[in-house]
Amino acid sequence: MILGTLAKITGPVVVADGMTGMKMYDVVRVGNVGLMGEVIRLEGDLATIQVYEDTSGLKIGEPVESTDGPLMLELGPGLLSSIYDGIQRPLPMIAEQTKSNFIARGTIVAALDKEKKWEFTPTIEVGQEIAAGDCVGTVPESAIITHKVMVPPGMRGKVTKVIKAGSYTVDEVVAVLDGKLEIRMSQWWPVRIGRPYVRKLDPTTPFLTGMRILDTFFPIAIGGNAIIPGGFGTGKTVTQQSLAKWADVDLIVYVGCGERGNEMTEVLKEFPELEDPRTGNPLMERTILVANTSNMPVAAREASIYTGVTLAEYYRDMGYSVAMMADSTSRWGEALREVSGRLEEMPGEEGYPAYLATRLAAFYERSGRVRPLGSDERVGSVTMVGAVSPPGGDMSEPMTQNSLRVTGAFWALDTSLAHRRHFPAISWTKSYTLFLGQVRTWFESEIADDWAETRERAMFLLQKETELQEIVQLVGPDALPETEKIILEVARMLREDFLQQFAFDEVDAYCPPKKSYWLLKTILTFYDAATQAMSRGVSLRQILQLPMRDEISTLKTTPHEKALERMPELVQQITDDIARIEVL
Amino acid sequence: MTPEALLDRSLLSVEYRTVSYVTGPLVFVENVHNVAYNEMVALVLPDGSERSGQVLEVAGATAVIQVFEGTRGIDVDVTRVRFLEEVAKIDVSPDMLGRILNGTGKPIDGGAPVIPEKRLDITGSPINPYMREQPADFIETGISAIDGLNTLVRGQKLPIFSGSGLPANELAAQIIRQARVKSGEEFAIVFAAMGITHREAAYFMQQFESTGALERVVFFLNVADDPTVERLLTPKAALTVAEYLAFEKDMQVLVVLSDMTNYCEALREVSTAREEVPGRRGFPGYMYTDLSNIYERAGRIKGLKGSVTQLPILSMPDDDITHPIPDLTGYITEGQIVLSRHLHRRGVYPPIDVLPCLSRLMNLGIGEGKTREDHRAVANQLYAAYAQGRDLRRLVAIVGEEALSDTDRRYLHFADGFERHIIGQGDSGRTIEETLSIAWELMSELPIAELKRVRDFIDKYHPTAGGQAGA
Repeated sequence: MILGTLAKITGPVVVADGMTGMKMYDVVRVGNVGLMGEVIRLEGDLATIQVYEDTSGLKIGEPVESTDGPLMLELGPGLLSSIYDGIQRPLPMIAEQTKSNFIARGTIVAALDKEKKWEFTPTIEVGQEIAAGDCVGTVPESAIITHKVMVPPGMRGKVTKVIKAGSYTVDEVVAVLDGKLEIRMSQWWPVRIGRPYVRKLDPTTPFLTGMRILDTFFPIAIGGNAIIPGGFGTGKTVTQQSLAKWADVDLIVYVGCGERGNEMTEVLKEFPELEDPRTGNPLMERTILVANTSNMPVAAREASIYTGVTLAEYYRDMGYSVAMMADSTSRWGEALREVSGRLEEMPGEEGYPAYLATRLAAFYERSGRVRPLGSDERVGSVTMVGAVSPPGGDMSEPMTQNSLRVTGAFWALDTSLAHRRHFPAISWTKSYTLFLGQVRTWFESEIADDWAETRERAMFLLQKETELQEIVQLVGPDALPETEKIILEVARMLREDFLQQFAFDEVDAYCPPKKSYWLLKTILTFYDAATQAMSRGVSLRQILQLPMRDEISTLKTTPHEKALERMPELVQQITDDIARIEVL
Repeated sequence: MTPEALLDRSLLSVEYRTVSYVTGPLVFVENVHNVAYNEMVALVLPDGSERSGQVLEVAGATAVIQVFEGTRGIDVDVTRVRFLEEVAKIDVSPDMLGRILNGTGKPIDGGAPVIPEKRLDITGSPINPYMREQPADFIETGISAIDGLNTLVRGQKLPIFSGSGLPANELAAQIIRQARVKSGEEFAIVFAAMGITHREAAYFMQQFESTGALERVVFFLNVADDPTVERLLTPKAALTVAEYLAFEKDMQVLVVLSDMTNYCEALREVSTAREEVPGRRGFPGYMYTDLSNIYERAGRIKGLKGSVTQLPILSMPDDDITHPIPDLTGYITEGQIVLSRHLHRRGVYPPIDVLPCLSRLMNLGIGEGKTREDHRAVANQLYAAYAQGRDLRRLVAIVGEEALSDTDRRYLHFADGFERHIIGQGDSGRTIEETLSIAWELMSELPIAELKRVRDFIDKYHPTAGGQAGA
C-alpha cells in the first residue's frame, strides 16, 4: 500500500506527494474522510487525482492512500432493479447507511447485497475442464432473467470442487479450479476496460423501439448504436425513456449522466409500475439504473457511462441482448473538459480536450453483437443510444460531430418541431441510419415484401412536401396545382397520423412494426387512389370530403389487434370508395 | 456572515502576514499551514477594516483566496489573513421571514440580528435521487400564461428568460405578491436579488412593503455595486435558508433568483482572474456544474412535507436564447418561461411568448383534484390554435387577409384575442378557474368542429354550445 500526502487542491482535482509506485487509473482514498478518487496523471512522485466527491474542507498534508487497483465493479446476482450512483454505490443503501436524505461524503457501501441469499444451481461437475466464460451455475435473478455465474476472464482449469444446489450469498465460493482458483458467485471487473469476447458478429436483426419514425424510417440493428442530439425541450429524455420502456431487448441499462434529479425520480416511480410489453413483468425487473445527477460530483459523472457499459457487457456475456441508454453524453464530455481544464491541458475545439474523439470512439465501440467467451455458442449484444445536448442546439459542435463519426444512426431532434408540439420531434429531413442494408432483409421477410419500397415512397412524399412548403411560403397555397396540393395533404397525414406519436397514450406509446407498416400502407393507398381519381378529373375537394381520413387519423390510438384487423379492409375500402367518385 | 462575527468565532486561529500577490478579486498567501479547500478567511487591511474571503486553491504552502468585498486597499506588506477553520456557513432561523439581508445573509434592514437556530454549510449536499419525491402539486402564480399553459409545480425549477428592458422584475414582484398554494399550507418566499440596481431594489422593497408580502419573504439583497464575488455566495445562502424552511420547518418555499446572468458574470470574472482555460464566450468550463449545484437544490423529499420550488430569472444577452447562460440553464431546469420583446412593444403585459415556453412537470400538477379536469385539454387547444394563428399571420403578410378562408380568419383573430386577454392580463392576479373560463370564452369564437382537443369538455364548459359557462 502506498501512503502519500495532499500537496495541492483545486476543486475536484487534487495532487498528492509521495506516491511513487502508483499506477495510472488506480483508485485512491483521499483525506481523513476517505473520499474516493482516481489517479489521472503521474509526474515523479506526484500523482494527480480526480476525486469522485466534493473536496471542500480537504487540507494540505492529509493522507492519500492507494487501494491497489483501478475502479472496479462488483458483478453478480442482484444488479437488476438496482439504482447506483456513477461509481456503483447503491443509492438506497447510501440513504439507509447515512440516515440522510442527502448524499454524504466518504460513504462506502457494497454494490451488491451481501446478506441476501440466492438459489444457486450448478451446471458443472467435478473433473470437468472449464475456461473463461463457461457457465458454472445459474441463479434465477428475476422472473425473466436467469443469471449465469461465469468463469471470470483469464481463468481456466479442472473443476476440483463444486457446491451443491442451494441458497448462498454473492461472496460464496461456488467452485474451485485445480484446487486453488476460487470462483465466487460475484466477480470484479475494471470499468475502463471492455470485457473480452471471442469475436464480433454482424448485426442483422432490427432494434425495435415501438416508435414509428425510428422503426420505419431510421431503424438500427441490435448491437448497433445511435445518437439523439437535440436542444433543450426537444424531448431527448422522453425519447430515451420511451426506448427504455419499450425496446425489444432482454435488459436495459439506463445511465442518467449529469441530468435532472426529478427525472430520475420519474423513472424510479414509473418503472416499477409499468409492465414489460413482452413478459408482463414490472419493467424495473429488467432495468439497472445508474444515476449521477448534474449536482453530483463531476468526476463520478465521467465514470458513470463506463459503469453503465460494463454492467451491460456483463449481461451480454451471459447471452442477453442489452440496450444501454446514456442521457446525456454531453454531460460526460463536459466532465472530461472540466477535468482537463483543471489539469491545464492544451484545449482543443471549444475547450474540449484533444482526446475527446478517441474516448468517444472507444466508448461506442463497446457496443456490438458478439460471441462471448465460453464454450456454448451463445450470442449477446449491447445496443447503445446516447443523447447529445448540443449547446444552443448547434449540431456543428464537437460532441455531436465526434459522436456522429463513430455511431451508425443520427436521430436529430428539431427545436421547431418541438415548438409546434410535434412529438417525437425527430426530424425526418436531418436524421439518417447506416443500418438499413443490414435490417432490410428482416423487415422484408417478417413484415412485408414491399416494406422498403413503402418506406421510400413515404420518405419521398415528406421530402417533396419540404420543397413545396418553400413555394407556399412565397406564393401561397392557391398557386399550386391540384396534383401538388394532394402531396401536401398526404404529407400532413403522414406527419399527424403516422409520425406524431403520443408517449403518454396507453395504446400509442408502443406501436408494433407491423402496425407501423400498415399505417403507412393505408396512407399511401389513399394517395395512390387519389392521384388516380384526379387523373380522371375528380377534384381534390371531392376526395377530401370522404370520411375515411377521420378513420385513418384514429388508427394509431386504436388497440393494435383491432387496428391490424381493420387496416387491410380499409385499404381495400379506400381504393373502392375513391374509384367510385364521379367526375362533376 | 460578517467579518467581525467570523473574527470573533476563532480567536485562536493563526494570522498570516504573508500576502505575496494580489490580482482582481484574488489574494495569494504564502507559508500557510493546515488550510482547507473552500475554507473561509478574514482579512484585516492596513486601515483596520475587515474583509471576508474563501480559499479557492491550496498548493503546498500557498493559498489562493477570493475576496468577497473586493481587493481595493489590500497590500502585500501589512494586510493580515486569518483562516477561520470552517467552510462558508450561514445562521438560519424561522425569524428570517420578513427580513432584508445582504448577499451573505447579514441583516441590512436596521432590525435586530437574527438569533440563529442552526448554522448550516451553504454549499449543501446533493439530494439522494432515490430519496426524492416526484413533484406533484400546483402552485398558483396568478399569471394565466404560467398557470394555464406552463404550470409551475411544487419542487420544480422553472426559469424566466428575459431580455434587457423587459419587465422581468415587475413579473417577479407580481408573482411574489400573488403566489399561493391551493391547499393553504404554510408558504414562504426566499428572494435572492443578485447585482440588481438600487432603483430595482427600491422597487422591490416598496412593492413588498406596500402589499404586505414582505412578512412571508426572506429577502437577500446584493446590489449592482456590491462586490461581485459576494454574488457567488448569495444564491447558495438563499437556498440554504430555503432548504431549512422547507425540510426542517415543513414549509412550501418558492425561491426567486434574480438575475442569474449577474451571477454567471461574477463566475466568469473570478475564473478569468484565476487564469483558467475559458469555455464558450469566456465562461468557465465548469459553469454547467456550478449552475446545476444551484438549480438542483429544488425538489421534494420522501416523507417530508415541505418543498423547494425555484423561479430563477435571467437576462438573455441580446435576446439570444443560445447564449451559454440561458442555454445551460435550459438544460438543467424543467422548462422555461420566455419573455418576448415583440409582445412588450405591443403593450402586452406580462409579455410571455408561450410558444417557446415549456413546463416539463406540468402534467404532474394539473387535472382533476389539482386544478380542473379540462386543464390539459384546454392548454393543448390554446397552444394549437394560437400556433396556427401565428402561422397565418406570416401568410397574411404575403397574400393579404382577403385570401384567407373564414375559419382561417377566425384563427387570426383568435391569436390577437389570445395575446390581449389570456396573456395580457396586466397587473392583476387571476385564479386558475378565471384563467380557464377566459380561455373557454375565447375558444368559443372558433368553430366547434375545430375544437378537437377539448371535444370531451364542450358540453360542460363551452359558454354557448354547452351548458353552463365554465365555472
